[in-house]
Amino acid sequence: MKALTRQVLFAVGLPAVLLGLWWAASDASTDPFWPPLRTILRTFPSVWTGERLRSDVVPSVLRLAAGYVLAGLAGVGLGTLIGSRRGVRAFCEPVLEFLRAVPPPVLVPVIMLFAGIGDTMKIVVIASGCVWPVLLNTVEGVRAVDSVMLETARSYHIGGVGRLRHLVLPSASPQIVAGLRQALSIGIILMVISEMFAANNGIGFTVVQFQRSFAIPDMWTGILLLGLLGFLLSVAFHFAERRVLGWYHGLRASTRRS
Amino acid sequence: MRTPNTVLGAAGLATFLALGEAVPRLGLVSADYFPPPSRIAGALGDELGDGAFWSALRDTLTGWVIGLGIASGAGILCGLLIAVVPFLRQATSSTIEFLRPIPSVALIPLAVLLYGSELRSVLLLVVYASFWQVLVQVLYGVQDLDPVADETARSYGLGTWARVRHVMWPTALPYVMTGIRLAAAVALVLAITAELVIGAPGLGSLIAVAQASQAVPQMYALVTVTGVLGLLINLGARAVERRALAWHQSVRGETVL
Repeated sequence: MKALTRQVLFAVGLPAVLLGLWWAASDASTDPFWPPLRTILRTFPSVWTGERLRSDVVPSVLRLAAGYVLAGLAGVGLGTLIGSRRGVRAFCEPVLEFLRAVPPPVLVPVIMLFAGIGDTMKIVVIASGCVWPVLLNTVEGVRAVDSVMLETARSYHIGGVGRLRHLVLPSASPQIVAGLRQALSIGIILMVISEMFAANNGIGFTVVQFQRSFAIPDMWTGILLLGLLGFLLSVAFHFAERRVLGWYHGLRASTRRS
Repeated sequence: MRTPNTVLGAAGLATFLALGEAVPRLGLVSADYFPPPSRIAGALGDELGDGAFWSALRDTLTGWVIGLGIASGAGILCGLLIAVVPFLRQATSSTIEFLRPIPSVALIPLAVLLYGSELRSVLLLVVYASFWQVLVQVLYGVQDLDPVADETARSYGLGTWARVRHVMWPTALPYVMTGIRLAAAVALVLAITAELVIGAPGLGSLIAVAQASQAVPQMYALVTVTGVLGLLINLGARAVERRALAWHQSVRGETVL
């Protein structure tokens, strides 16, 4: 019980101190760019609930989800295809290395040419930025499948879908999840960037509007909201990973002990 | 007879370029949106002869180097400090877990307000994004510390500083290098993003200008340049990593085999 209290104290201590400092230091602030934390927090509910939640927050999150899922499916599918053949892998590697090295945000103006500035553009931007970490990690994961297991599967005549479902994908899954984790943070960046560049709704768009119209406390609430969104998504990912890769973490822990 | 990987890779690159050339020429996609690589190469040639391009490249690299330097220095210092003081490690972990996933692009409006389109607003974004990469890797690294080595150093009477220097630092170095390599890539992305969105001088703002003036081949040429830059930075970071870790098992093992 005492250990638990200690842990909770440690977890809450520093954030509380920092927030307290921010509160105290900004409380009497008259600097327009650094409004008191009290004002920001009071503005937060009125800015981000009701109409704006429906018209800006939900579309942003839906676009992120759509692009991310597309990238995940394409990345795992193509990655499995490329990773399981040595020739294909060597054939594609230089091109993939180059495409991955292109900073994803520069795709925004390129994709705008094709897809205009609507939802399609944003989903394509998010998907085409997120796909590379997933794809390359899947290739690595598929390549590293234990060859003894592959041969065992072959001698038991497990091929095609069965081999993919029960051997290749599970054995590559730790790598795939690592790729998906990287893709998530890229996805959030691209969600915001694509909306800042050209949009008529979305969190990124709204925050820039606040900044341009000098609604500074509102802008700060937007920054807080984006931070909160990033944090919540990473927590959700952590839990999902715990569930999906529970067997793997357990295995690693037990090999380390022995 | 197996074809060597480099030949296959070159063939892949050639196929990629040929496809890029064929698709607009056959009219599958309008050449206005997707110029063939030959035209992009022409535009790239024009850019390379233009002084504005080189000064933009210099601006981008300046933001990248300074940002990466600050982030790496601060990340390593904070990481070691947190590692040396056990109390800090427990006290900071929740804060780090909370601050790290905050997307640095959320800071763009703040950067614009505070610094406008100066180098400093690029640096704010670059440093925020790459600092966490380094810090987290340093923290992983010091967790890897061999307790026997540490106790041995202690019983030989090494002080805190000597233990940091001779036990902790070599243990953490491979992780530090990984962190810096990741941070180098992230720093480039953020530097170019900041230029693209805020309009700070650099390759990103050239892309934004090319996009606004419908100079499509130039835009593709500049995008290619950013890709090549990213590739060079990845390769360079790997080379630095191998040099700095030449003594380390993971690198030595590779060369012996």
